[in-house]
Amino acid sequence: MTAAATPVPSPATAGERPGARLARSRRNAELSLLVLAMALVAAYGAMVEANVLDTVTPSFWVPAAALSVVFLGMHLVIRFLAPFADPALLPAVALLNGLGVGFLHRLDLAQATPAERAELATFAGIGGRQLAWTLVSVMLAAGLLALMRDHRSVSRYAYTLGLAGIVLVMLPAVLPPSISEINGAKLWVRVGGFSIQPGEFAKLALLVFFAYYLVRKREVLSLASHRVLGIDFPRGRDLGPVLVVWAISLLVLVFEKDLGTSLLYFGMFVVTLYIATERVSWLLIGLVLFFGGAYLAYVLGEAVGGPFANFYLRAEIWLDPFGDPYDKGYQLVQGLLALGTGGMFGAGPGGGQPLLLPEVQNDFIFAGIGEEIGLFGLSALLVIYLLIVERGLRAALAVRDSFGKLLAGGLAFTLGLQVFVIVGGISGLIPLTGQTTPFLSAGGSSLMANWLLIAVLLRVSDAGRRPVTGVGGKVTRPSGGPPEQLHGAPTEVIRP
Amino acid sequence: MNAPLRRVGVVVIVMFGLLFANLNWIQAYKADEYRTSDYNGRVQVAEYKRKRGNIEAGGTALAVSKETDGELTFQRSYPGGAKYAHVLGYKPVNLADTGIEKSENDFLAGTSDQLIADRIKDMFTGDQTAGGNVLLTLSPRAQDAAYDQLRNNNVGVKKGAAIAIDPRTGAVQALVSMPSFDPNPLVGHNSSEAAAAYNELEQNAARPLRNRALAEVLPPGSTFKIVVAAAALENGIGKNTNIPAGPSYTPPTSGQSITNAVPSICPQSQVTLMKAVTDSCNTGFAKLGVQLGPDVIKEKARQFGFEQEDLTVGRLGEGGHGVAASRTGSMENPDGGADPAALAQSSIGQRDVRMTPLEGAMIAASVANNGSQMRPYLVRQLLAPDRTTVYDTAKPRELRRPVSSQVAADLRDMMVSVVENGTGRNARINGYTVGGKTGTAQSAPDRPDHGWFIGFALDSDGNPVSAVCVVLEEAGSGGSAEAARIAGQIMRAAIADPGGR
Repeated sequence: MTAAATPVPSPATAGERPGARLARSRRNAELSLLVLAMALVAAYGAMVEANVLDTVTPSFWVPAAALSVVFLGMHLVIRFLAPFADPALLPAVALLNGLGVGFLHRLDLAQATPAERAELATFAGIGGRQLAWTLVSVMLAAGLLALMRDHRSVSRYAYTLGLAGIVLVMLPAVLPPSISEINGAKLWVRVGGFSIQPGEFAKLALLVFFAYYLVRKREVLSLASHRVLGIDFPRGRDLGPVLVVWAISLLVLVFEKDLGTSLLYFGMFVVTLYIATERVSWLLIGLVLFFGGAYLAYVLGEAVGGPFANFYLRAEIWLDPFGDPYDKGYQLVQGLLALGTGGMFGAGPGGGQPLLLPEVQNDFIFAGIGEEIGLFGLSALLVIYLLIVERGLRAALAVRDSFGKLLAGGLAFTLGLQVFVIVGGISGLIPLTGQTTPFLSAGGSSLMANWLLIAVLLRVSDAGRRPVTGVGGKVTRPSGGPPEQLHGAPTEVIRP
Repeated sequence: MNAPLRRVGVVVIVMFGLLFANLNWIQAYKADEYRTSDYNGRVQVAEYKRKRGNIEAGGTALAVSKETDGELTFQRSYPGGAKYAHVLGYKPVNLADTGIEKSENDFLAGTSDQLIADRIKDMFTGDQTAGGNVLLTLSPRAQDAAYDQLRNNNVGVKKGAAIAIDPRTGAVQALVSMPSFDPNPLVGHNSSEAAAAYNELEQNAARPLRNRALAEVLPPGSTFKIVVAAAALENGIGKNTNIPAGPSYTPPTSGQSITNAVPSICPQSQVTLMKAVTDSCNTGFAKLGVQLGPDVIKEKARQFGFEQEDLTVGRLGEGGHGVAASRTGSMENPDGGADPAALAQSSIGQRDVRMTPLEGAMIAASVANNGSQMRPYLVRQLLAPDRTTVYDTAKPRELRRPVSSQVAADLRDMMVSVVENGTGRNARINGYTVGGKTGTAQSAPDRPDHGWFIGFALDSDGNPVSAVCVVLEEAGSGGSAEAARIAGQIMRAAIADPGGR
């Protein structure tokens, strides 16, 4: 040890930890951004009423105000529990969530008769339900922030979560269709009046497991390799457990007839693997596997049908949506027409015909919104999504432990991939697969799972941006501490 | 691990860039195509938000839109019911639109380029100006007469058509196809009920949806003799020239003999052309046709409007109802030479000769109008939503000149003789000079004959006021006389109320 007495013998430089330079918590920036977001949501609500009802009712601000209370609560929770968390995440998510509630409320208005409109209570209709789900989801996210004071603590439950993830994924496939099937996709568990999409939560659980497992195995996976054509390929035997997890989820998904989720898991897995090992070969293997698998499924679907028929059909619709515009291609065609009708500037909030779109509150919400806010509005929404994803990746860059990097990086990428899959699907860029649009689509499962994802990102970004020396001497070592093996990672910062 | 994380960040940016590029493709490049796509229900909802303009004739509103509180705001209705169905067509929610409702859709819906000023004004005032109004040439009185007389004909015929046009302009005064249908159930906003009503009409054996006046071709029988007579007049035969006739005629190549309707018609070996037309002498015209040859007859028919495939009746020169092509059919041998049997039968409007009722009326109109055939039309004027600005007033124009005025004058004399002395007496009108030609056409071997009448009325100054064609399908004996009577009634009404032009 030299006289420099650097307490952190870390190979990571300050440049690799941007957060380390920012000693400020930036919570006030978060608050002002949040106020701005809520003002936008209120303005959106007013424009919707002006267009749909030809008047702005005195209570137009109520949903926006209710959301503001919820998000301000979350802001306070972050202020106390994760003071150094990324200040852009909450306002960005709040804006998307708020616009989602506003659009769903707009659908309620369109469906209601003039007499019913006056009676439409704040928590009525799908808009009201979404508002309630937002409250529940934000409370869950706050709860997670409170419980998980250090993201590394979840790695202790990695195997439990991995198992839970597999069970959650398999559950709808095993259950009878009467409980699990909605619109041809077996993705649901319907209990009483509620329907839950366990897959949304499985995503989180499986990612924790992937991250934990890959941190343990990354040395082996990245070092022991065969070199072919200048690219290092890993040993087959190291892959066993992860391939098994992937294969099981993939198989189950084929039987659940939902290729969007399958693509999502696969992308999530490959990218986490790539981040962990820094080996491009994994990406290549993944891409070859994926495109090979997709082509095989297409060929098999044409020749054999069976479980692959669904994918074949979707690929055919994607190749020629207007081939069967009233039946098979109906959804995609209507989505494209809605987007096209919106054009550059859109019909204005409340000015479109979203009820002509099938599943507009769900898969096609992006097209429904796109008809009204146009290309400019959708581009703004995409930028907000991109902001959330890049902020998540930034948190991964800033955090000092490998598990946190993998967790945050994986989650952020998964969120981005999900947006890509659904938005690309409804706009005809890729074959359409059923996915929810994060924070916009109606439905509690998706909202809860994505808010939990954001809670994890907030927690990781807090860990990344928190000054190493702590603030005001409030350096709290997480109770229990992380598992010992995590400390072996070279980029890891071990605090005294 | 930071290097791959950064690369993942780039990958995400690329993915979002693809989404952005694709949205540009859809919302900017393809936007217009998608916005106006046939599959786009928004077009329809938006269309029904604007009050569709009226279709009117002679001050009577024939198609109107009323506001409802349904999702589709305005409900179309046709106060005239079945009477005007084949002229107006209908504008259903999900089925295909037809007729004037279809051809003038842009103007009625307010989306035509001519109404752009109103739409720009709407952008500032926030109103939805109604669509423009279409004024038709129809004479409601003539239409009433045609519809009532056809439906209550004295020979109990269920299928037929009548059309009256103004010979000087080509303006359609009356157009009726029988059986007709009530278009109102087809435009109901409950699309399954509308589809059920449509299917019932579509499957009806009498084909009520068919516009027989324009789209049905039938053998014209003796009315075709006017065309042959015109060809004869242009080939050195005067109206008082004797032509060979006789009780029966067997063309050289065929054992099938042609006789006259009754033995008292032209049994003598020679009759004047005038007399042959007046009494509808089959043998005379069969021999005349064989003498003239197929090319002369076909060419004359073509000059009268046969074989034209692209004629439409709506706004002048701008779409409208399609008109079926009338045909002369083959009159030659397989080797190209004249086939006297076919030629003889074709010359009396049988064999493969087929004619639409409109073509029949146009032949009569050209004769009445000194040989000038005017382009037929239905839309007299396009009137702005505010009912003061006139956007388009029909300027009648000649379609073709089938015969010279001298030949037309001779034909006119012969046709007047038919009504005054011959087979068309039922069409006479007091104070007016009426000319015409009856026709009795064999339909199918075991079916009754079709009864035809084509004719015109001249006022005391000799100006033509109306030309008409009436056909009673499978009317049997007395069909052409009844057709002549109905034609007289329609022309009488058209004289009292000539309609717009």
